[in-house]
Amino acid sequence: MISLPILIPLLFGILCLAAWNSLRIQKLLSLVGPIALISVSSWMLIRIRDVGIQSLQIGNWPAPFGISLVIDLFSAIMVTIAAIVALAIACYSQVGIDKQRANFGFYPLFFFLLMGVNGAFITGDLFNLYVWFEVMLMASFVLIALGGERPQIEGAVKYVVLNLLSSTLFLVAIGLTYNLAGTLNMADLALQLPKVSMQSQVTLIAILFLIAFSIKSAAFPLFFWLPASYHTPPVAITALFSGLLTKVGVYALIRVFTLLFVQDISYTHTIILIMAGFTMVTGVLGAAAQTDFRRLLSFHIISQIGYLLLGLGLFSQQALAASIYFMIHVILAKTALFFVAGIVNQIQGTYDLKKLGNLYSNRVGISLLFLIPALSLAGLPPLSGFFAKLGLIIAGYNLGQYGIVAVGLAVSFMTLYSMTKVWNEVFWKEKKLADPQNKPQPVSAWMVAPTIGLIVISLLLSIFTEPMMTLAHQAATQLMDPTLYITSVLGGKP
Amino acid sequence: MVLLLSITAGALFSAGIYMILRRSLVKILVGLILLGYAVNLLLFNTANLIPGRPPLIGLGQLGVPEVYADPVPQALILTAIVISFGITAFAVVLVRQTYKVLGRDDLDTMRCTDIPCEEDDIATELERAENQP
Repeated sequence: MISLPILIPLLFGILCLAAWNSLRIQKLLSLVGPIALISVSSWMLIRIRDVGIQSLQIGNWPAPFGISLVIDLFSAIMVTIAAIVALAIACYSQVGIDKQRANFGFYPLFFFLLMGVNGAFITGDLFNLYVWFEVMLMASFVLIALGGERPQIEGAVKYVVLNLLSSTLFLVAIGLTYNLAGTLNMADLALQLPKVSMQSQVTLIAILFLIAFSIKSAAFPLFFWLPASYHTPPVAITALFSGLLTKVGVYALIRVFTLLFVQDISYTHTIILIMAGFTMVTGVLGAAAQTDFRRLLSFHIISQIGYLLLGLGLFSQQALAASIYFMIHVILAKTALFFVAGIVNQIQGTYDLKKLGNLYSNRVGISLLFLIPALSLAGLPPLSGFFAKLGLIIAGYNLGQYGIVAVGLAVSFMTLYSMTKVWNEVFWKEKKLADPQNKPQPVSAWMVAPTIGLIVISLLLSIFTEPMMTLAHQAATQLMDPTLYITSVLGGKP
Repeated sequence: MVLLLSITAGALFSAGIYMILRRSLVKILVGLILLGYAVNLLLFNTANLIPGRPPLIGLGQLGVPEVYADPVPQALILTAIVISFGITAFAVVLVRQTYKVLGRDDLDTMRCTDIPCEEDDIATELERAENQP
């Protein structure tokens, strides 16, 4: 049961490869696959909420020797939300991906990327985590360069080089961990690492992991590859990356810094907290300077990563629960915003804020589609972003971290400013140059429907805040108490 | 032996990092390959190297031998080599494609995705730089 989130994308990826010559079958498969994934993962989520953490030993090798797959509530939530986003992107890419890119294997790559993401979410072994990262990166490398346009190639070079560097650091950290503890099973490591005599070495390795995962999750000061590359491919691919890839980096950070490296919290988690603050501020300031719709949104990804790290840096159950809730909220809102950018481009043929305009008078519906996720991202009540940020800020206030609380609030205002700027430029501004040849193009329902779907889920998230927060609190309890994870993997052994 | 391998790995790391800081794409590629080798050596070195003691239970022996070479890092290296082979192959194709599309391999001229700029600006800039003695 636990391996299904990996096996389903693998199966559909292979089926897509088998149907290489028929785009129609590939498109159909791309819709069926995520639906299967959603049903399996939501069933799993409910089961894990009731039963507790589940683990599977691959090949029936007993725990510290073989590879373990582990699903706790946090992983289950991530797998489910990834499946929902995957379905939205599959719908969007029915028309959002041009024929040439689809012919060169967009759909198989989409599934292999999904397999890597899900694998990273449910593995319980550090080296296996590296392997899933590479599966995911390989698919994303091809996706970002797919089509081979000039900016895409330039972006791909930066993306590939910096991510390979991060993988190298990750592998170095894994090697050193093995040298210290003699195991790579995460549950076993959680037991072995406190026994290591040279605790300073453990902290050193922790920082190496922090750097490796910070590059992957685009945290300050290692985010420069993201705004240089994310806006270059078509919007469906950008939305896929923004929804899933950086979040896998944050997931890995949260996993590693709640389970393994909790020996020297006052040192490591303070660094994370400072990084979180700077990530929020630089992200939103970078966004304020942009005039390209997609680049602006790319900078907002960075700013939101800061909020996710904030929960980890504060390191209390309340803060982690708020981070998990924030993760769900930001994946939905961000993907919806990228979809809207794609729709706007479809209508007016450009991403340049200066050349856009007039959309409010022509397309009120599209304007509304932008407004809801944008205000949610800025954190206005009663949208989901408000509850997510409120949770983080209360957690910070309870721990007496007033500085970071102030930064979080200020960045919220800046986000609102940035979203207002987009609103003014794209929707309210009168378009001066009415080019008769450049008539507004019609938008396909395949593009609008998934956007509406994501916004509806996001609204549901804010309406059902109470049960969702309870779920997030349960997940955070499991994260804060590693013994649950350890006993699930190693069985009652000490 | 451990010391020798450590120094080699360190040298490879510094060479790799020096190379990825260069402007030319091909040199960056070489740097990434060197870094891959460095990591593999480091992984090899993480198991305390014990020569001549394979992790096998001999004929007539019972139980695990007391001293044996740890096979796990070698399995890790094997996986890492396969992955880095695939990724290097992709990176080579990417470098080739970059040169084909852009007609140059100087990273300093690939800044149009970072700051909004016109392709023509860079072309004229390059020409000007070439004309200068």
